[in-house]
Amino acid sequence: MTIAPWTPDEMMTVTASRLLWNGCVCFVGIGLPSAAANLARLLHAPEIVLIYESGTIGTRPEVLPLSIGDGELAETASAVVPLPEIFAYWLQGGRVDVGFLGAAQIDRHGNLNSTVIGPYDSPKTRLPGAGGAPEIATNAKQVFVVLKQSPRSFVPKMGFVSSAGFLGGSGERRRSGARGAGPQAIITDYGVMRPHSQTDEFELVSRYEHVTVADAVAATGWPLKVAESVDVVAPPSAEELEILRDLHRRTREAHSRPVRLPV
Amino acid sequence: MTIQTLHDAIEVHVRDGDSVALEGFTHLIPFAAGQEIIRQRKRDLHLIRMTPDLVYDQMIGAGCARALTFSWGGNPGVGSAHRLRDAVESGWPGPLEIHEHSHAGMAAAYTAGAARLPFGMLRGYIGTDLPGVNPDIRHVLCPYTGESLATVPAINPDVTILHAQKADRRGNILISGILGAQKEAGLAASRLIVTVEEIVDELDAPMNAVVLPHWIVTAVACVPAGAWPSYARGYYPRDNAFYIAWDEISRDRGAFTDWIDRHVRGTTDHTGFLASLRAVGGVP
Repeated sequence: MTIAPWTPDEMMTVTASRLLWNGCVCFVGIGLPSAAANLARLLHAPEIVLIYESGTIGTRPEVLPLSIGDGELAETASAVVPLPEIFAYWLQGGRVDVGFLGAAQIDRHGNLNSTVIGPYDSPKTRLPGAGGAPEIATNAKQVFVVLKQSPRSFVPKMGFVSSAGFLGGSGERRRSGARGAGPQAIITDYGVMRPHSQTDEFELVSRYEHVTVADAVAATGWPLKVAESVDVVAPPSAEELEILRDLHRRTREAHSRPVRLPV
Repeated sequence: MTIQTLHDAIEVHVRDGDSVALEGFTHLIPFAAGQEIIRQRKRDLHLIRMTPDLVYDQMIGAGCARALTFSWGGNPGVGSAHRLRDAVESGWPGPLEIHEHSHAGMAAAYTAGAARLPFGMLRGYIGTDLPGVNPDIRHVLCPYTGESLATVPAINPDVTILHAQKADRRGNILISGILGAQKEAGLAASRLIVTVEEIVDELDAPMNAVVLPHWIVTAVACVPAGAWPSYARGYYPRDNAFYIAWDEISRDRGAFTDWIDRHVRGTTDHTGFLASLRAVGGVP
């Protein structure tokens, strides 16, 4: 790996943002997915509809939220609906094109764990839990996952499935009753993985300029399959970097602004 | 409906062993009420909340809880809820029984509770391991299509506690902004306590605003800044700096207990709590 003039987070965010198209309806998780979705909105997808699970629809935040329900998301939304409605009418109702998720762990079939590491009843690490992800993973028309790669996060055997990817692969998801097509891309800090059309196993289809295929394989906890030809992802353009850095700068300023209480 | 002090509302309407839901999804979280429950040393509560973040981290660490029903438990945008983790991983300060759902599952359970149906239904939990660890998550066959759908038992808390912007003098409640499952949790409960930023003569509510009418409300307490460090739209923004600071305060059992003893148990009400924290620079 050589040194790039941008951070791995920036490369991931830019790569993920490029997968979103103008007008798409995107159900966004907090963190990198939120940064990527807003970068897309500020660049090539001004009409993207961002939905956060707090019930904000069509939100256009000036700064990134720290929480899923920051006031900024509500103030800039075209509609704010109750939480049971966002899950029942909008997500389960089939109105979401892309679910954008992160997780603590992922396996070769794109199943996600954000619940627990170790036995459920006596956990080694108790994670926050699934939140909205199980139903996003099955009801969104497709899912993108953004996750930093390491053998600890890309695991050969998942201890706990919080959200379904392709389950055991080879069509098991299609037989499960899940409506959406499932995870169609995993964007990592090494490149992009896509599912194989028959086995549903994720394979490396593109890499970043400053890493090698061997680096990506070494950072994966299972023997990562590699597509016949691996593209090199175009590096972030000056415009992409400038807008992303500006967004993060505005966000830092906003979040450090002192709060005034009425009492 | 009675307008009471928060102290009296909690003393009278929250009993040891109750199932208690403090709702509010990142917005309007009834922190002052949670801290009053800690102050009054309520015990053996079955806490219910979609996102047990800092408010339940405090209540669990302070030993108020016997069980927790939830769907996401962390410090939003920051990381772990350390007291919740410690309770689940190490049983400190006591064992905590957990009933875990997804957000969609809990939303369906509250909606069923409000409608007084026995269960909620959703196309959910498909392919997840959650039904394997929560026997409350079951399935039913649709009588029309034969599709297998997930079910969750209705949530009907003994007490739901909400924070809202305003009440009028009769106890009608106005909520605006991000609503979470506040209306459903309120209507599902046997008793409903609402803390508000202010009590006004006229609500002046837009026609389709969320108004909880006074006759479903058990008690109203006026507690300005009662949602801090979460926020109340129109009154004050979310104090993100405190959420970040909580990571340090809560990481260590001793530091956490000192903080609770000094600022919560060592004060008599929310005004005292804010003054005590302000003295150490913990409140803006």
